[in-house]
Amino acid sequence: MLDATTEENIVFRTDEITKQYGIGELTVHALRGVTMEIPKGELIVLLGPSGSGKSTFLNIIGGLDQPTSGNVHFKGHALADMTDKELTYFRRENVGFVFQSYNLVPSLTALENVELITDIALEPMPATEALAAVNLHDRLNHFPAQLSGGEQQRVAIARAIAKRPEVMLCDEPTGALDSETGILVLQALQNVNRTYGTTTIIITHNVAIADVADRVIYFADGRVSNIVENENPAPVSELRW
Amino acid sequence: MMRQIISALNKKLLRDLWIIKGQLVAIVFVMASGIMTFVLSFGVIDSLELGQEIYYARSEFADVWAGAKRVPQDVDEQIKQINGVSQVETRVTFGGIIQVDGMEEPATGRIISLPDNREPLLNKIYLERGRLLRPDEEDAVLASEAFVLAHDFILGDTVDMIINGHKRTLKIVGVVLSPEYVYSLGPGALIPDNKRFGVFWMSQHALEAAVDMDGAFNDVAVRLNRGANVEDVKAELDRILKPYGGLISYGRDEQLSNWFVENELAQNRTMGTVTPIIFLCVAAFLVNVVMTRQVAIQRVQIGMLKAVGYNETEIALHYLRMVMVIVTLGSIIGLIGGAWLGNGLLNMYADYFRFPYLRYTYSADVMIIAVAFCAAAATAGTWIAMKQAASLPPAEAMRAEAPTEFKRTILERLGIDKFFSFLSRIVLRQVERRPIRAFLSALGVGFALSILVLINSMYDSVDYMMNVQYDIGNREDMMISFVEPRHISALEEIRLMPGVMKVEPLRDVAVHLSHGHLSKRTGISGIIPQPDLHRVLGADLKPIDITGGGFFMSRMLAEILDVKVGDVVKAEVLDDRRPELDLAVSAIYDEFIGMGAFMDIERINSLLNEGPVVTGAALMIDPNWNGPLYQNIKEVPSIIGMAMMTKMRELFEELMDQNMMQMMGVYVVFSACIACGVIYNTARIAFSERARELAALRVLGLTKGEVAYILFGELAVVVFLSIPMGIVIGYGLVAGLIASFETELFRMPLYINNDTYAYAVIVVLLSALFSFYLVWRKVDNIDLVAAQKGVE
Repeated sequence: MLDATTEENIVFRTDEITKQYGIGELTVHALRGVTMEIPKGELIVLLGPSGSGKSTFLNIIGGLDQPTSGNVHFKGHALADMTDKELTYFRRENVGFVFQSYNLVPSLTALENVELITDIALEPMPATEALAAVNLHDRLNHFPAQLSGGEQQRVAIARAIAKRPEVMLCDEPTGALDSETGILVLQALQNVNRTYGTTTIIITHNVAIADVADRVIYFADGRVSNIVENENPAPVSELRW
Repeated sequence: MMRQIISALNKKLLRDLWIIKGQLVAIVFVMASGIMTFVLSFGVIDSLELGQEIYYARSEFADVWAGAKRVPQDVDEQIKQINGVSQVETRVTFGGIIQVDGMEEPATGRIISLPDNREPLLNKIYLERGRLLRPDEEDAVLASEAFVLAHDFILGDTVDMIINGHKRTLKIVGVVLSPEYVYSLGPGALIPDNKRFGVFWMSQHALEAAVDMDGAFNDVAVRLNRGANVEDVKAELDRILKPYGGLISYGRDEQLSNWFVENELAQNRTMGTVTPIIFLCVAAFLVNVVMTRQVAIQRVQIGMLKAVGYNETEIALHYLRMVMVIVTLGSIIGLIGGAWLGNGLLNMYADYFRFPYLRYTYSADVMIIAVAFCAAAATAGTWIAMKQAASLPPAEAMRAEAPTEFKRTILERLGIDKFFSFLSRIVLRQVERRPIRAFLSALGVGFALSILVLINSMYDSVDYMMNVQYDIGNREDMMISFVEPRHISALEEIRLMPGVMKVEPLRDVAVHLSHGHLSKRTGISGIIPQPDLHRVLGADLKPIDITGGGFFMSRMLAEILDVKVGDVVKAEVLDDRRPELDLAVSAIYDEFIGMGAFMDIERINSLLNEGPVVTGAALMIDPNWNGPLYQNIKEVPSIIGMAMMTKMRELFEELMDQNMMQMMGVYVVFSACIACGVIYNTARIAFSERARELAALRVLGLTKGEVAYILFGELAVVVFLSIPMGIVIGYGLVAGLIASFETELFRMPLYINNDTYAYAVIVVLLSALFSFYLVWRKVDNIDLVAAQKGVE
């Protein structure tokens, strides 16, 4: 592992970020002050019960949402200072998203869904290579409706990695999948992390997945309750749940 | 990096369009209908106006005319000297009875001299068939095409005409068109009756000899320099001709054929501008609503595109391309269809507007306006929806829409909800949750309904107008007119003819009415105080009682002369003596057709210092005796005209059919298309928006029927709301159109038959049922598993 303390090895640094939804009595405090650093190249798992603020945190560091207070720095640049346009380019060049509900365009084939990204990214890998990296080289011309859930999620991963992002942000990528398929998806994510050195943050409910992480961050009630570094992350193939 | 030939985003576009092809077709057709009506009707109007302009220019159509008794030829030099006059053509012209072999009733004709050895300087005729006249021919004539066609004459056929008391047999050697007789109206006729009125041109020396007018003329046409003052020229012309029995000169605005043409064009212009503008606006509104919805249901995809790094401009362009595809398809169909239909319609008009140079005109302006308007409306709808979706933070956009706050409905608060089933309450809450959307949907359907009302009400108005005019007002079966005023005892002879059941005397006086600087040539009808046949109706459709005298004027004429009740107008009677009368207007009445003035027959005779004379009569006849009656009438030499009301009505309806209903027929089809398109789209989008929710309900165990009830219940509420809205809007549109639809020839009554409302409602309901059926097939096929997984 790289030395996590040196500044150039920090991808994200958050500083007391809070997030509130709604006003008055109905206010929901999704984040109540989160300060942390995400080291480059690690595979990180965010664990915690529903409503603990994991997704909110991921959306904010991914530039999909703005914190109510506090700041996020991506490699030294404050996201709060970025215009909407700069945020768009930040996402376009640096962030690969994988969503629980896949969010593929139903009218495009697997290959075309990846091309949606390679069309606009600066130095993308060929879409076929990205799909090969998730073991889908034989499903290129299938539409989402013709793919299983696990395959769809792997297309989503291929779509995310095709732009060669700095970070991959995955919100419950296996949440909708059975264990066998989930493992295939995680395998793909770990491969990407190992092969390309892409910092990968995965949200999950599934404690078992924590074993493959370099670092596990526990969320509770809008705060970070614990951080555990894992000296010897297990290969995904050894996972069972 | 390797660029795709078609980017992934454009592939998405094409496939998305393919998925919504049903709706796409509907939107495209709504838009195309709007563009089509706009293009075709403006095209037709422009073409007719251009046809008229070119024809008048090429034929050197005169600006001013004047008639007289007998004017020595050398007076034309004086006319040429009038300031502002550029060309003068003098001629000899007479009217007379025509006898056509095989026609029971007599016809009337007009014969006009043509200069020997040269073309006329003004009002040039256009030879359609046959040949021009040779100077040595005595009885050869050129005949007006309308008359020739009405009788199926061939070259060489003859007709007998009584010209100035002498019967001449005229041989038709050529068939011509004349700018003075684009519409050939016989004396006193309001509608062209081509079978009973014909125009002939004869060589000058032959006609002069026949009517003893050597070295003289009785009619003059004048063309003015640009910028010349028409009124000054007319006044000077009247002064010159007065010693020779000159009648009041008149300009193009009072030239009979031109007046009719102008009225027809004005009517078409109103019908042809107001209606397509309404259509285009409605189409644009609907396209806007539909596009807004279409984009709104792509909210999640817009969020995803933003999340992965597409910027707003790229996303906006993506959806604008979608609009462009629709606009392009709609425009192509609309423009081609509009031009094609316009061309066809113009050909039909060509039978009535006899312009030799009638070509369908493609006006780029009209096309650009139509397309730009629809494009703008569609773009605006898309843009607003796209902005709304894109303004959400992507994380939020991608989440399934948060359940909106449901409130207890008004019905529940009022405590009457127990009358509604559980499912009905779901429906009502859905409607109440989004009242604006429900309102806009209902408004869209309401607009579709309103144009159906608008179009069909035109038939109602015409029908009503005809009924009032011919069933309630002028109840006579036949009107006859004499060559000259005759003593009332002449009617005794007619009363005794076979089949005549009732005779009412009429006294028509041609006058030039003036009030201040305003004037109008028209007629005053003298009628008996309490007529039974030829009646003038008041606003309540009861005949106006003129016992005690008075001068009554139609509203249109009163407006032209700017007079109110009590004002005095000067009436210059157009006969040899030219007496002038000052008449105080005692009442103004509404009249749908024509514009007249009338007074008690005895009073007008006494004002003119005449005894009990008549110029004609209104007759009630027994239709079984038509044949013998015609025979009798033909034998009365003093009768020059005869109008049969049933025939008149037929002709009138035919005329309306040709000129208005053809276009109406096209509109009826389009309005039904628009209604269908809108309702289908509303239903289809409602389904898309709810597909997942409905699938969830199905999973929970609701039957297909129950799920359909929830979906269609909401739509049914929209459709039922739309009906009163559509009726109110429709009534407003009709009122607006009627108000703008006023010519000197017609005032349309605001009258909407209940059948028209019923028809519009039925079309909307049938469209709704058909749309429901199409969407039902989708409900039937909901893939429960796929829907739950979020795959569409």
